[in-house]
Amino acid sequence: MSEEHNELTEPATAESFENPGLGHHRPRLGDDDPRAAKRSERQVVALFTVSILATIGGIVGYFAFPVAEPDAGNVRMSTLVLGLGLGLGMLGIGAAAVHWAKSLMNDHEKVEERHEQRGDDATRERAVEMLQEGAADSGIARRPVLKGALGTALALAPLSFVVPLVGNLGADWNVSKFRHTAWAGTPDGGPRYLATDPTDRRIKASDITRGSMVHVMPYRLPEEEHYLEEKAKAVVIVIRVDPSILKEPEERRGWSYDGIVAYSKVCTHVGCPVALYEQQTHHVLCPCHQSTFDITDQAKVVFGPAKRPLPQLPIAVDDEGYLYAQQDFDEPVGPSYWERER
Amino acid sequence: MSARTEVPQQRKTSPTVAAGADFLDTRVGASKMVKEFARKIFPDHWSFLLGEIALFSFVILILSGIFLTMFFVPSMTEVHYPEDALPVTMQGLEMSEAFASTVYMSYHVPGGLLMRQIHHWAALMFVGAMTVHMMRVFFTGAFRRPRELNWLVGFTLLILGLAAGFSGYSLPDDVLSGNGLRIADGVLRAIPLIGSYGSYMLFGGEFPGTDIIPRLFTVHILLVPGLILALIAVHLFLIVWHKHTQFPGPGRTDRNVVGYPLFPVYTAKAGGFFFIVFGVLAVMGATMSINNVWNYGPYDPSIVGAGAQPDWYMLFLEGALRLMPGQTEYVIGGFTLSLNILVPGVVIPGILFTLLALFPFIEGFATKDTGEHHVLDRPRNAPVRTASGVAILSVFFVLVAAGSNDLIATHFHLSLNAITWAFRVLFFVLPVVTFIVTKRICLSLQRKDRELVLHGHETGRVVRFASGEYIEVHRPLDEHERWVLVAHGPRRPLEIPAEEDSAGVRRPGHRRDRLRQSLSRFFYEDRVEPVTPAELAAAHAHDEHDAVDARPARETIGTQSH
Repeated sequence: MSEEHNELTEPATAESFENPGLGHHRPRLGDDDPRAAKRSERQVVALFTVSILATIGGIVGYFAFPVAEPDAGNVRMSTLVLGLGLGLGMLGIGAAAVHWAKSLMNDHEKVEERHEQRGDDATRERAVEMLQEGAADSGIARRPVLKGALGTALALAPLSFVVPLVGNLGADWNVSKFRHTAWAGTPDGGPRYLATDPTDRRIKASDITRGSMVHVMPYRLPEEEHYLEEKAKAVVIVIRVDPSILKEPEERRGWSYDGIVAYSKVCTHVGCPVALYEQQTHHVLCPCHQSTFDITDQAKVVFGPAKRPLPQLPIAVDDEGYLYAQQDFDEPVGPSYWERER
Repeated sequence: MSARTEVPQQRKTSPTVAAGADFLDTRVGASKMVKEFARKIFPDHWSFLLGEIALFSFVILILSGIFLTMFFVPSMTEVHYPEDALPVTMQGLEMSEAFASTVYMSYHVPGGLLMRQIHHWAALMFVGAMTVHMMRVFFTGAFRRPRELNWLVGFTLLILGLAAGFSGYSLPDDVLSGNGLRIADGVLRAIPLIGSYGSYMLFGGEFPGTDIIPRLFTVHILLVPGLILALIAVHLFLIVWHKHTQFPGPGRTDRNVVGYPLFPVYTAKAGGFFFIVFGVLAVMGATMSINNVWNYGPYDPSIVGAGAQPDWYMLFLEGALRLMPGQTEYVIGGFTLSLNILVPGVVIPGILFTLLALFPFIEGFATKDTGEHHVLDRPRNAPVRTASGVAILSVFFVLVAAGSNDLIATHFHLSLNAITWAFRVLFFVLPVVTFIVTKRICLSLQRKDRELVLHGHETGRVVRFASGEYIEVHRPLDEHERWVLVAHGPRRPLEIPAEEDSAGVRRPGHRRDRLRQSLSRFFYEDRVEPVTPAELAAAHAHDEHDAVDARPARETIGTQSH
């Protein structure tokens, strides 16, 4: 593209038409009629006035509706009045400015030339020359060892920032904690009882009626360290069904008690709590991504994006009828991860 | 031009203003800046406002965000909500300080709830405006040379916008945002080799830990907005440097820019528009409640609400996670490869975003384009580009809808499983269908344009000839109107040199050229070329006998294009 082609119109060829150049300016009402222009001016002033009044109104509202009093109604009024004051204050200015621009400011289109991004050949040559001169001044091309040393030093220097940062972000980096939950036993070595959440009361087998689902926690967990982290892994759902419909393989006989089964509530997909229970089908459903598990058949996946069944917690009943965990889950709960099967 | 464009009479400048101007000029050369920028021309079109909405929303996010940081406590220390503070349902409850301060500022700081709501609405508007602005740039071909790099800057801004949104959404530490983090943790863990360590790195140990909120706070108020600000500066600098694109029209060429000067017209219009965007967001914040976290309660890893949705810009990820069947998790050599999570969480968004980011370079490769483009394409005049954009969008919208499949099921009383299956099928079918349909619509619209140029507007005037033949009189287009329809040149597939020269020597780079040619064919094989002057002349010659008989009508309407 040469510089000479900068005029507005392009000549027609057999293939293309001629650019006809800018169209005619269409006058607005106010361009010819001073009264219409005056009217526009008054409208702009009115819009600015709306803004002024709204701002004053909002500030008055701030003092008129203090939210210090314990009354939720005041919160609503304060929010509404302050927000409308701010909103109309802004809208008034905006509408006035745009109306001013559109109705009163000069609306004749103007034309400006563009310049090509590419520098012309002389500029390019000069740029290359300058860089070469600079490079020659520095001597970098003649001293390759210097170049190597510079590169290596620059590449290594960030390490003293990055290593301590990344090194400490993950605390102890002990990812094997994924494998263990509080169900393994109490800190003093006793078995873990199943308890209600959040009231932390032990549960008897007789408390759980057929067709109901309760979510349980390890007994006395709230008193222990890392409560939330442990809770995030240990939360369990307990469901009682007709024992005859349970499909239990040989090695899991004895993991349930009289139709009561306990499964991890942490979805094996990405870890949401599996919170919905369909009594009729004995399916539990994760509300986040709709993975569906069959409670009567080892919590196997019947639909959705999860692959693995919910891990089962082996439970038993003590002499007084309280439910407790025989042992920890025999696999990590929750979402999959690379080292999971190791 | 009317008298109003004449240079106004020299007015006497007040001595204080003159002294101030002199101070600035002698210190920073202000007169040169004013000379360069004050009357810079910007073209006018409503769609150029979309980027401004994004920019202004971001300014409003910073303003409302500064307010929020004064009252928000980014800490996961467990506290009890005060017994004498509102709302009643939260009194005495155990919760993190982050959640407690969020609730407290909503009820006990005048304007606190308002600013939270403005901030949240502005965030939704920010990402929305960026998305729609990007669609405008895509469909009009504004990303073409020389603007490819600015497209990448804008693309990065969109990704940063998502990061800003997600990190901010997670800060109140309520049930919804906590489950959002838990899902992020699940996706992170699925990454081969480093996933588990990535999870530890994010949460400072096991999920949820006590580090995530303070860390996200720094990400949300310093790291991401800092990057966004820097990139916005680059984005705007490049707009000024390149000068804005303009729609095709009479007098507009690739070598000029037609519009109105920055001062005063755009100062008033764009400046005014900032106040309008602020005003709309403030009214939304005042009247439309959003994210009432006290209704969800503080985060507890055992609780989740049914029908929970993330903010709209995260729905596509959520939808992808919901659609992927679970059978695709494999254990290989003792290591777990969760394709059921990796594909929707990493691979599909990766492909969609990479396609989007690289599209200017793909199209540039196919056209072997060497010139600068400053006049925009009407979307119909680039059928394959437009169709590709619509296809990418259709995938995006299938995923967005799939992210709400539970709500669709409950609202329309449909089977969740059936809906999920329908979306799984649509995910593959819809982009193909929308691609074909859009391309056909574009080609048809181009044919309609040709028809209009060749034969003019229908007038509704029906004339009967002496022979009994009826025709409708058409009014030809004037040259200004016609120019919009014929300004774009024809685009044809590239021809490449033969594989071997006359001596039978294989030409280097032939394979690359072959790839270029097939891509170019994909883009331009099916095409409707604009009318040429020769075709128009031929059409008029053909219409001659109509013109003779319809002359009285035509003369009254005017035929300056003959």
